[in-house]
Amino acid sequence: MKYFIYLVIGIFFGIIMFKSEAASWFRIYEMFQFDSFHMYGIIGSALVLGIIGVQIIKRKNMKPLDGSEMSLSPKDRGVVRYLFGGIIFGLGWALAGACPGPMYVLAGAGFSLILLVIFGALLGTFLYGILKDKLPH
Amino acid sequence: MNWIFEPWPWYISGPLIALVMFILLFVGKQFGMSSNLRTACAAVGAGKASDFFRFDWKAERWNLMVVLGAMIGGFIASNYLSDNTVEINPETAEQLAVDYDITSAGSAYLPPEIFSIDALSNPLNIGILLIGGLLVGFGARYAGGCTSGHAISGLSNLQLPSLIAVIGFFIGGLIMIHFIYPLIF
Repeated sequence: MKYFIYLVIGIFFGIIMFKSEAASWFRIYEMFQFDSFHMYGIIGSALVLGIIGVQIIKRKNMKPLDGSEMSLSPKDRGVVRYLFGGIIFGLGWALAGACPGPMYVLAGAGFSLILLVIFGALLGTFLYGILKDKLPH
Repeated sequence: MNWIFEPWPWYISGPLIALVMFILLFVGKQFGMSSNLRTACAAVGAGKASDFFRFDWKAERWNLMVVLGAMIGGFIASNYLSDNTVEINPETAEQLAVDYDITSAGSAYLPPEIFSIDALSNPLNIGILLIGGLLVGFGARYAGGCTSGHAISGLSNLQLPSLIAVIGFFIGGLIMIHFIYPLIF
């Protein structure tokens, strides 16, 4: 039962991704061609509200409903892993036309070939786990 | 009732995504859609192959529930709330048709040239989808997050690593679309 809330959050998120067209291959292609403001508007407006909200949470020292700590710990410092990892991710994002959230949304929407992308993503995650200690971070 | 099927503009969608992030923060979690891939690997026994997958994945089962929800959300939206077409910039649509023979902009949600069952007969296409996914999964874990984890959560928390990662996302995406697409499509 405690997982029910996460299911509802996921459904809400899935509908947003689909209805915003952020899950559409066409929108990702158009974004990387700089031919529309749409995707930049989505990310930008989420970000502006996100920054304001996180600042309020921090300044008022707000806690989650269960009284634990907010999951806002700083990321580990570094450049290489974020830049290289980011570039690899970006290549895949543009090649498949989908990032991880939309992949699941599209699977639910009935696009069966997206399962190849999800399988690839699981494989890529596994591969990283195997190679992690040999990579510069 | 046509308005139900209309896409949501960015100024509705973006704030709702921020709302999802805040709901997750207030239930003690963080917004990120790729760590579930690691949880899924761990759940099917990848811990035998690498200590990266040896963690208490049962504590992370919540993110698999978010995934299940996202799938249900996609089902609901495509079946009841959308006419499943995406209008993009006519110039982009024209360019796709002329350069790549992708003529479905405006009449489909994803190009059937790549995502329909018929496209399975093209081995190149299978490679594109598998390798695209592979790069996404590998890159997301290497960078420690994806679009949601870095571009939304991390940047909202003013994290420099997330800014570096997002710059990387765009370098990779631009290289793919502008230099590699002309070679493969």
